[in-house]
Amino acid sequence: MTKEKYVKIASERSKRSNICTNVIKAYVTGGCICLIAHGFLKLYNEVCGMDFQNARILSTVSIVFIAGLLTGLGVFDNIAKFAGAGTLVPITGFSNAVTAPAIESKSEGFVNGVGAKMFVIAGPVIVYGVTASVIYGLFYYYFGG
Amino acid sequence: MDIWEWVWVFLIGGAFCAVAQIFIDLTNVTPARILVTYVVSGVILTAVGLYDPLVEFASSGATIPLTGFGYSLAKGVEKAVSENGLLGVLQGGLTGTSAGIAATVLFALLWSLIFKSKEK
Repeated sequence: MTKEKYVKIASERSKRSNICTNVIKAYVTGGCICLIAHGFLKLYNEVCGMDFQNARILSTVSIVFIAGLLTGLGVFDNIAKFAGAGTLVPITGFSNAVTAPAIESKSEGFVNGVGAKMFVIAGPVIVYGVTASVIYGLFYYYFGG
Repeated sequence: MDIWEWVWVFLIGGAFCAVAQIFIDLTNVTPARILVTYVVSGVILTAVGLYDPLVEFASSGATIPLTGFGYSLAKGVEKAVSENGLLGVLQGGLTGTSAGIAATVLFALLWSLIFKSKEK
């Protein structure tokens, strides 16, 4: 085996094992975030006696609050570096995608900076999400229900 | 307390993240595209009737990933169309997600008032 060949194989192997580690990290972190949210849901619903649907909404809001706070404290980035998609895919990723540019663009003012930049990533999400819901709504109106 | 309920929350919620991680590592897709794809997928999966049973089954494991945001959009539009007919097509999506969006925006503004950006 030539040296080049060895290096190539070794780097491919390590890339594959990296992907494996990343996926496990993402799985565990993402799963844990859902568990924390579920804890909030149980707390609001069973301990505080809140209506189940409202408790579910409030549990989401709680996670959004915490993720934003951790973003502000600069802790979120460190967790995200470890977790990758594990913090991106849960609602924590959405909260971070709004809060981080809002804080960073403070120097550009509160209208053109904070107010505008917080939608850099959330904007497309809302645009295509709402569009998809309208298309589904039309189908539902004419064919479903 | 039913332990299996929590196990499924973890397994399904984690699985959504693992799938995204595989896409990120293999295709260099940007996080913003992942978020958009997940939300739209959530709407589609709800429309074809697959997401409702998943929420029933995995609870927070299905509603906390961004596909759950799409699920809320789709459920909102179903409810609004049932109540208001054609106008509901426009009303439903944002009604179903109103609390989440309002909270995200409000908190982001609050945090930007309190915190300074770190020097890079």
